[in-house]
Amino acid sequence: MLLPLYLFTLVFVAGPLVYMLLLSFATARSGYGVEWTFTIDNYRRILEPVYLNTFAGSFRLAFTSTLLVCFLGYPFGYFMSKLSRKGKKQAMAALMLPFWVNSLIRLYGWIIILQKKGLLNHVLTSLGLTGKPLKLLYSYPAIVVGMIYVLLPFMVLSVYSSAEKMDWRLVEAARDLGAGRMRAFLTVTLPQTMPGLLSGIILTFIPSMGLFFIADILGGNKIVLVGSLIQEQMTRGSNWPFAAALAVIMMIMTTLMLKLYRRVTSGGRLEGIG
Amino acid sequence: MSNKLIELKDLTKNFDDQQVLRGINLDIYENEFLTLLGPSGCGKTTTLRIIAGFEEPSSGEVLFNGIEISKLPPYKREINTVFQKYALFPHLNVADNIAFGLNLKKVDKSVIAQKVERMLKMVGLEGFEKRDVTLLSGGQQQRVAIARALVNEPKVLLLDEPLGALDAKIRKQMQFELKKIQQEVGITFIYVTHDQEEALTMSDTVVVMNNGEIQQIGSPIDIYNEPENRFVANFIGESNIIEGVMVKDFLVEFDGFRFECVDKGFEEMEEIEVVLRPEDLDIVAPEDAKLTGVVQNTTFKGVHYEILVKTDLRIYKVQTTDYAEPGRKVGLSFEPEDVHVMYKMGAY
Ligand SMILES: Nc1ncnc2c1ncn2[C@@H]1O[C@H](COP(=O)(O)OP(=O)(O)O)[C@@H](O)[C@H]1O
Ligand SMILES: [Mg+2]
Repeated sequence: MLLPLYLFTLVFVAGPLVYMLLLSFATARSGYGVEWTFTIDNYRRILEPVYLNTFAGSFRLAFTSTLLVCFLGYPFGYFMSKLSRKGKKQAMAALMLPFWVNSLIRLYGWIIILQKKGLLNHVLTSLGLTGKPLKLLYSYPAIVVGMIYVLLPFMVLSVYSSAEKMDWRLVEAARDLGAGRMRAFLTVTLPQTMPGLLSGIILTFIPSMGLFFIADILGGNKIVLVGSLIQEQMTRGSNWPFAAALAVIMMIMTTLMLKLYRRVTSGGRLEGIG
Repeated sequence: MSNKLIELKDLTKNFDDQQVLRGINLDIYENEFLTLLGPSGCGKTTTLRIIAGFEEPSSGEVLFNGIEISKLPPYKREINTVFQKYALFPHLNVADNIAFGLNLKKVDKSVIAQKVERMLKMVGLEGFEKRDVTLLSGGQQQRVAIARALVNEPKVLLLDEPLGALDAKIRKQMQFELKKIQQEVGITFIYVTHDQEEALTMSDTVVVMNNGEIQQIGSPIDIYNEPENRFVANFIGESNIIEGVMVKDFLVEFDGFRFECVDKGFEEMEEIEVVLRPEDLDIVAPEDAKLTGVVQNTTFKGVHYEILVKTDLRIYKVQTTDYAEPGRKVGLSFEPEDVHVMYKMGAY
């Protein structure tokens, strides 16, 4: 009974990973060629400033997006848990609705909003807030907006599921013992919902390292992320071993982050998806 | 019991269109152990939450030392609460739970440690400082909750069915300990319960509530011996409740006979109800009593027998140490002071 499952995992999960690992130590030959001679040049090449900058840029974007998603998603999830049963259903529906549409198509929606003759510029100019249309699309903020848009639901749901389980009498207990509303939030609500916030951060940060297609679509290829770099090495650059090395590094970093998360929440499972 | 500490004046509370409190008037004194007693849903918790500051009354006043406080947030009141299911902070250990209030007030660390230790000693949890609160038994969690509230030296401690989740044996012990703690710290306890026995054993004053109204305020003995109406008589202990009329002062008529009693101040021939406690009734020879009947059922209850006597009009419940076999014709006797006359209530 277990054997087929085992084989399946071996072939379709472990197999590609092992192949990727081996590939990252191989030598590239022109035209997608791979020569199986051992080298660590692929890893050494990552240390070149241009690639290190790519990693730094990816981190910066992931960090910015995650931070903003926290500030927007936490209150959203928190207040959602305080709604009536009907209110919760409606909020949940609003949150899930976009998932029915392909994410690429949704991103093209943002182009319509953000482009020079787009919706946002139209609103801004007709309100007289700006003289001539602003350049909104193909910029760093446009990428961040796209990231937030795609990742926000994960944070909201994760915080929500944590706040749902929260014992609100604890807040009353804190207020009873001398805490004002803010103190009660900081000393009780925040620690109680911390698992949700942390899984929200993980669920935001890790994907945002890899969501290169957002940067491509809304950033107009100007900002290169590790994800786009890997894709480029596999296609136009035709250097699969280097792409594999980049991917291995990415994987190690995400694994470390998950480990850190596990340590912080002492073995807790991912809120909402565990 | 000396000075008035809290006064509730014409307090009402509506939730949506449901009136939960219908005009509560109550004076609470310093150093008093006062219990709100009533069936579930009668508004005890709501009253307590208004005193604590978690709810605002729809109308009426809450005075604390003569000052109106009904708009004051909870953290500005010299009142602390022991919550129904303890509500300990799961992310803090025992000592940090107890120190929570003192930490907020920025009390010196060494002072905090001392006070926490003293509290733990008082509630019998010495050496528990570093324990995880989520791993404590119900009784232990309860003690931590009490210590966490009392360490702030409030003038009033509110306790909402604090023993409700404990099993019978620990309950009894905690009742005793709570009373002892109250006498030790010398502050006012306002205690909520639906358990009449708990209310009678612990309190200086019992406030019987029903349906958002106070039915009677009095000492446990008064409440038990002189219930003011049928609801109180029924809720406190077992009773025989009989409709009758007050012929004149000190003379009452029910079941076709006139009996001496010690009550007065009713109108002549006013319709009233009489309470006869089962333990106040005695089984005597039929010729020695006005009320007579046949023993229907006799049950041994440990210290006493519970005997049901069927008269022409009703069944009387009697608790006595004397045995009477079923089928025997008997008389029921009682003393004038055992006849408790109450105003008649329409609704019950
Ligand atoms: N926040 C609330 N919203 C609506 N109804 C409530 C609320 N709190 C209490 N009630 C209602 O008020 C009534 C009295 O409740 P409560 O004071 O908790 O009674 P008790 O503590 O005596 O059992 C109940 O019918 C309860 O359903
Ligand atoms: Mg209650």
